[in-house]
Amino acid sequence: MNDHAPARSPQDLDDAIAGGIGESPIRPDGALKVRGEYAYSSDLWAEDMLWGVTLRSPHPSARIRSIDVSGALKTPGVYAVLTHEDVPGDNLYGLKDVDQPVLASDVVRYKGEAVALVAADHPETARRARERIDVDYEVLEPVTDAERAAHDETLPKVHPDGNLVRYQPILKGDPEATAEVVVSGTYTLGMQDQAFLGPESGLAIPAEDGGVDLYLATQDLHSDQAQTARALGLPQEKVRMTLSGVGGAFGGREDLSIQVHVCMLALRTGKPVKMVYDREESFYGHVHRHPATMYYEHGADADGRLVYVRAKLYFDGGAYSSKTPVVVGNGTTLGVGPYVVPNVRIEGWGVYTNNPPCGAMRGLGAVQPALAYEAQLDKLAEALDMDPVDVRIRNAISRGESIATGQVLDYPAPVAELLERVRALPMPPERDGTELDIRELPGGASNTTHGEGVYRGVGYGVCIKNICYAEGADDYSTARVRLQALGGEPAAMVHTAAAEVGQGVVTVQQQITRSELGVERVTVHPNDTDVGKAGSSSASRQTYMTGGAVKTACEAVRRRLLDRVAERFGEAFGDLSLAGGKIVSASTGVLTEIVDVLGDEVIEETREYHHRETYPMDAEDGSSERVQVQHAFSAHRAVVDVDVELGLVKVVALDCSQDVGKAVNPDAVVGQIQGGSAQGLGLAVMEEIRVGDGAIRNPSFTDYLIPTILDTPPMKIDVIERGDPNSPYGVRGVGEPPTISSTPAVVAAVRAATGKDLTHVPVSPEHVVDFGE
Amino acid sequence: MDFLRPTHWRDALDAKAHHPDATPIAGGTDVMVEINFGRRRPSTLLDLTGVPELTDWSLDDGRLRIGAGVPYARLIDELGDRLPGLAIASRTVGSPQIRNRGTLGGNLASASPAGDGHPPLLASDAEVEVQSLRGTRTVPVGEFFTGVKRHVLADDELIAAVHVAPATGAQQFSKIGTRNAMVIAVCTFAVALHPEQQRVGTGLGSAAPTPRPATEAAEFLAAELTDTDQWNRPRPLPESVVRRFGELVAATTAPIDDVRGTANYRTHAMAVMARRTLGWVWNEHRTGRQQCA
Repeated sequence: MNDHAPARSPQDLDDAIAGGIGESPIRPDGALKVRGEYAYSSDLWAEDMLWGVTLRSPHPSARIRSIDVSGALKTPGVYAVLTHEDVPGDNLYGLKDVDQPVLASDVVRYKGEAVALVAADHPETARRARERIDVDYEVLEPVTDAERAAHDETLPKVHPDGNLVRYQPILKGDPEATAEVVVSGTYTLGMQDQAFLGPESGLAIPAEDGGVDLYLATQDLHSDQAQTARALGLPQEKVRMTLSGVGGAFGGREDLSIQVHVCMLALRTGKPVKMVYDREESFYGHVHRHPATMYYEHGADADGRLVYVRAKLYFDGGAYSSKTPVVVGNGTTLGVGPYVVPNVRIEGWGVYTNNPPCGAMRGLGAVQPALAYEAQLDKLAEALDMDPVDVRIRNAISRGESIATGQVLDYPAPVAELLERVRALPMPPERDGTELDIRELPGGASNTTHGEGVYRGVGYGVCIKNICYAEGADDYSTARVRLQALGGEPAAMVHTAAAEVGQGVVTVQQQITRSELGVERVTVHPNDTDVGKAGSSSASRQTYMTGGAVKTACEAVRRRLLDRVAERFGEAFGDLSLAGGKIVSASTGVLTEIVDVLGDEVIEETREYHHRETYPMDAEDGSSERVQVQHAFSAHRAVVDVDVELGLVKVVALDCSQDVGKAVNPDAVVGQIQGGSAQGLGLAVMEEIRVGDGAIRNPSFTDYLIPTILDTPPMKIDVIERGDPNSPYGVRGVGEPPTISSTPAVVAAVRAATGKDLTHVPVSPEHVVDFGE
Repeated sequence: MDFLRPTHWRDALDAKAHHPDATPIAGGTDVMVEINFGRRRPSTLLDLTGVPELTDWSLDDGRLRIGAGVPYARLIDELGDRLPGLAIASRTVGSPQIRNRGTLGGNLASASPAGDGHPPLLASDAEVEVQSLRGTRTVPVGEFFTGVKRHVLADDELIAAVHVAPATGAQQFSKIGTRNAMVIAVCTFAVALHPEQQRVGTGLGSAAPTPRPATEAAEFLAAELTDTDQWNRPRPLPESVVRRFGELVAATTAPIDDVRGTANYRTHAMAVMARRTLGWVWNEHRTGRQQCA
């Protein structure tokens, strides 16, 4: 570690814990976070450090005629003012397409795009100097309509090759099939923000070898390292990264934010430099969920069995591509939902506009179509006078059946069971008007109703989400496991680059190591780039992938240990196991202590874990033998009370059944489902970044609302474990599905309460209320 | 930036007189947000939290004098029985932490059209006591606001207190927000019955550039009640009266479309809140039982 390693408050992530797989040991960072003692990346500090700030474009589309930094440079206390001319390497980065400049050079493509950087000895000095940078813009007409951007060749081109990022069709069966019962609808979804509480932040420390050490909050250290090194013009080993306390992520930390900027300032000034966005800048400084417009038509026979689904999906990617190609891939492949559909024609467009860039967010590309296909299933149920759960069960996909791309699900897919189970969960009590607590009513603390105008509704939602990266990606993970005797007891250390973003992968790594090595004392090394890739803490994949890597590395360590025991004791290797710090023979019982075999030796093994190979989609018809690694499913039932005169909603219950394959940490699983459900509830009734003419109109937590405790009901959570034979321990990704199925369930319940044909999320009071009564 | 922290009211007035551009700060729940967002860079902050006179309230000659530095939490706990409308409004402000810090004087001084404390003060005919080294004046709260985030204070003046009579009849307050707690108002409505004067007080928030009463609605209702002798012998109100009251309140609005809601919705919601809160105060008037909240 660097000599100038930043000061940290107590953050004993490497404290040993009790509990193996299937138990729920307390997470090592939990108490610190609850007590407010946990050090987040925004708390980093180094002696003699400078503060960096970013100048951002005030226009969604403009040509830069000139940038004059002389006024800023003359400000006392300013150490550096940098523009695109100072980017040492390639002035381009990106997760998939490398299309985004580190600092804008000739044009700006969205309001908030980074144009220049300032480092000063005080943050306010840096901010004031920023105002003295004179940028001469020629303002251009922005492209703001995603659907037009897909088709209208007369619009300005946001990028030289045009405005289409990806077009993907899926054709299955007879694309012109007809059916007895046809329902159709157009659905739109607003731009959701990840709304993590810890703003983008990091501390860069220049190193004596000409490189830089960056301490930061991210979801993927190695992805950041590769992109940052390229932009800095440095070899990767000179751009070392260490994960610092992450205050939430949800996809919003997959793309670069401060990384290259803060390193440029540190390398230029030769001093440690810290950057922390404020809340408003954070809204401009990270990508959001893609808004979508979706046209759907479902055909079914008289029994409610789906005959066809035809859909057109438009995703607004904003100014840079980020994860737009993946959103189109997920959106189309999962666009019919967890249902068997013989005839499919889905087309997806992901486009460039001059709106804020959109990219990864929990439920990537699967949240949008779920709103539409679940509304369609409800419409179908109504048209057929069927129960909405029954119509879903009739069409539910199951093991051995194929999704729209032709991929056969060769693992449990208990969609019908989840629906049956969530329907069977106890309902919340009926509202009785006698015990009046306004906090239990729509409007809550605001005292808008004492029961007047309040109607109850119930709705269901079920979803499918792919787990891990797809379409041929090899997003492997690496784990280094070390076993040694410390103080007379066996101790293991796990070292991975898997980003702990709050989801609990730190605990999962400890649990797996405990179970695999029979050792209680397991520490997790700080996550950094001194070990191989772990891939991103995204796509509900870390327990699967890094869990798999830790398991594989533990197995290698165990093999070396037991080889030695087998030789020394003349036992068959296959008879030996590890438990409670001892080595046990199936035939002769306890043989010896692990520490006695180890002596002074350290056994260390590093292993990669790769998931099953996946394959690209056919460009013409979207077919693929295995486009995705694994699929996960959840089902929600929402009960809402709606004040139909004011359009205010109180979600009374939001209950969930989910298959998690194997609950490595059952409490953490429930926590993920609670959190995901709350995030989906937020999208259903309040969360939307309002964009007008390319500008964010509500870049604050005053006006970008996320659910409070009065908006979030108690949740009954029913977890089942139908193991996937292809995954480590049978695990199935947990984090994303509940974000996806909760939204359509809540909206369906609001429809049921109001009789309104609600087609946009978030549902706002204006959508519910009848004006002019 | 200069930071002034007087410990006596007289020193505070002196400071304001000598630093007319100083920004007064009490709970800081508005000022600090603006500073942190870079929207305001005061040359001087005048911290009033060290002035003990501001955090007292008293009852003199049948009228409450509430120091400008009394926070919402104390309005609820200590004055909730005498000012129920203001207490209901105070409960809708932010979170417990904000209610512990934020003050009634600060709410007035910010002069936001969405200030939650304003409508109940209007409905109760409150007055704002303003002081400077030049002297003291009282301003009816309806005349205090001159525009969005603007008020009648001169550069050397500070808000000393609010004067308001304890409730003699039922009071209610209702606020629209698009989540169930911790939300800035889309619009608000307050109503207060003054049976001893046979009068009705109203206040509308976030429905016009400044908080305003619904005078025509209040006079209509008071006349109805007087004409039918309902003040003394209350009966259930005819639906037509409730509806007309709502219509007249809605007609008072001059709302805008913004990121929190549309003008149409605000006007609509104001009528609904007016009808409902009238129902609640009237039930209380008839039965003597407060209608929750």
